[in-house]
Amino acid sequence: MKAIVDTRKCTLCGVCQEACPVAAITVTESATEISDACTLCGMCVDSCEFEALSLPEAGAGPTDDLASYRGVWVFAEWRQGRIHRVSYELLGAGLNLADQRKVELAAVLLGHELDGLADELIAHGADVVYVVDRPELAQFTDEAYANVLFEAIRQKQPEILLAGATTMGRSFIPRVAALLRTGLTADCTHLDISEEGLLLQTRPAFGGNVMATIICPNRRPQMATVRPKVMKPVRDAMRQGRVERLEIPARCLRTRVEVLEVIPEMEETAKIAEAEVIISGGRGMQNAENFKLLEEMARLFKGAVGASRGAVEEGWMHPSRQVGQTGQTVAPALYMAVGLSGAIQHVVGMQGSRVIVAVNKDTHAPIFDVASYAVVADLFEFVPALIRKIKKEHGD
Amino acid sequence: MHIVVCIKQVPDAKNVRIDPDTHTLVRQGVEAIVNPFDLFAVEAALQIKDQTGARVTVMTMGPPQAAEALRETLSLGVDDAILLTDRNFAGADTWATSLTLAGAIRKVGDVDLIICGKQAVDGDTAQVGPELATQLNIPYATFVKRIELLNEQHLKISRQTDEGVEVWKLPLPALITVLKEVGEPRVPSLRHKMRAKKAEILSWGAEQLNLDASEVGLSGSYTQVVRIFSPPRRTDRILLTGSVEEQVEQLYQYLKEARVPGL
Repeated sequence: MKAIVDTRKCTLCGVCQEACPVAAITVTESATEISDACTLCGMCVDSCEFEALSLPEAGAGPTDDLASYRGVWVFAEWRQGRIHRVSYELLGAGLNLADQRKVELAAVLLGHELDGLADELIAHGADVVYVVDRPELAQFTDEAYANVLFEAIRQKQPEILLAGATTMGRSFIPRVAALLRTGLTADCTHLDISEEGLLLQTRPAFGGNVMATIICPNRRPQMATVRPKVMKPVRDAMRQGRVERLEIPARCLRTRVEVLEVIPEMEETAKIAEAEVIISGGRGMQNAENFKLLEEMARLFKGAVGASRGAVEEGWMHPSRQVGQTGQTVAPALYMAVGLSGAIQHVVGMQGSRVIVAVNKDTHAPIFDVASYAVVADLFEFVPALIRKIKKEHGD
Repeated sequence: MHIVVCIKQVPDAKNVRIDPDTHTLVRQGVEAIVNPFDLFAVEAALQIKDQTGARVTVMTMGPPQAAEALRETLSLGVDDAILLTDRNFAGADTWATSLTLAGAIRKVGDVDLIICGKQAVDGDTAQVGPELATQLNIPYATFVKRIELLNEQHLKISRQTDEGVEVWKLPLPALITVLKEVGEPRVPSLRHKMRAKKAEILSWGAEQLNLDASEVGLSGSYTQVVRIFSPPRRTDRILLTGSVEEQVEQLYQYLKEARVPGL
């Protein structure tokens, strides 16, 4: 299968040939030809201003009785005794979807000793909170969590399920989708709903260089993991809702994995994926000691310190701080790249940040290509001066 | 012991840059590489091979040219390579991909451990590993950074989560997806390079896997891309000039206006 050319609309302009990432398109004087190298990625479809290109439709497969699925669900992520912030954000997004569909918004809460937690989920928009409170769920394992959520979905048949694109959500939600034999879209940054009730799931692909909108036309529920800190939570302490405990058969709680140890990392700065501000350093930092400068600045912003692959390879920073293709993808409100050249492998991991500041001596550093604010300066002069300025403004 | 590593061929990010004026992607050539995370998966498998003499098979689904990616891993010391290629496989989402891989793993038969990279750097979904394990009905662990083979039947792993580290014991057969902490990929040896050049690569299509064309590729996919577009353009870059003190003043004001948290 390959992309389809509508010869009546095609003007042989050749734009699609440039857009194709796998060189599958050849535009000759008389025709636009698509070779077997086509991977159906859709890049050409977007590039064509004459709407001459399209992709073949996804397989229908056995179509579910779509109308029998109703309601929007949010998986309430419970870890170490509290609900993850992303779950409240998803309830904020879910409110909007449930309103448009004129259906209930539900939160589904799995764990152990959950008393009192449902109230906050209701305040954040849940009309109903489905609770499974069992000692077997005190520790997370993909198998037990997925089997229980699968069973809950089977019982109640929601049309949409959203979960946070956290390490927990990205780990066990694919199992739920596979058990349900339905589609799943990873790491969405925008959600909308069509008139027919199709969830329009938009996510970055190719390291954030393109955005793709994805649907799940023939299966239910429509499932998506959603990137933290993208949706906005809405809290109203007066909201009313109900709590319903679900009966789950014991077999669903079984798991073949044995959890031997859970070692929490208390260090706040370690969590770059959740930080609102990230101050990252590269090889220009010269040594591990100099990263203390960045740590001091990060503290002023209540942010975290990140690093380029180069700085991690030098052993100056822990691999968990690495931003980029083989590290973490981050999108904070402020990303400050200090002494970091900005190789593409780094840029794809941070270009979604709202404000990007680049500090570098080299005017040709590629990091300046993605910067909102470019500071050409010696970082060892600039960073201490910025720290002094912020401290002065803070009144220290 | 038999280990299967699932890999993917992806466009080489080195051939991609961002146009400073339009902030869009500029591709120079269409060179492909082995997904970087998958090289960590291969390394993890080869480390177990070094310790125990396990047999390592590498597998990929892709166009015929994906055989190059397989040969690259053969030059690192992988024993066998299988290419899953068929026109009908094109356009597969994570469900259809994992279904195809599951068919191939069943055909291989005696598999004790499957290792995948954390995610592919083009799609970034991280879904194929868990979906494959689910289709094969075997336990799995994601985001694995340390692997210890306890005995022929059990694996001890450390996985990195948002909250810290978890240590799990998994019965085999099992599937893991790995992070770079499992080990930097080794350098190809001359001996393996010679062998890789001549090695025969098995090639299986839907028919060999007993899969119907309607189950695989785009036809077998539950999700469908309806629109691809460029991300909204960043506002134009502002160059801060003057002395360091002046640059600091300007930046502070801009960040304040941009309502950056913490100021």
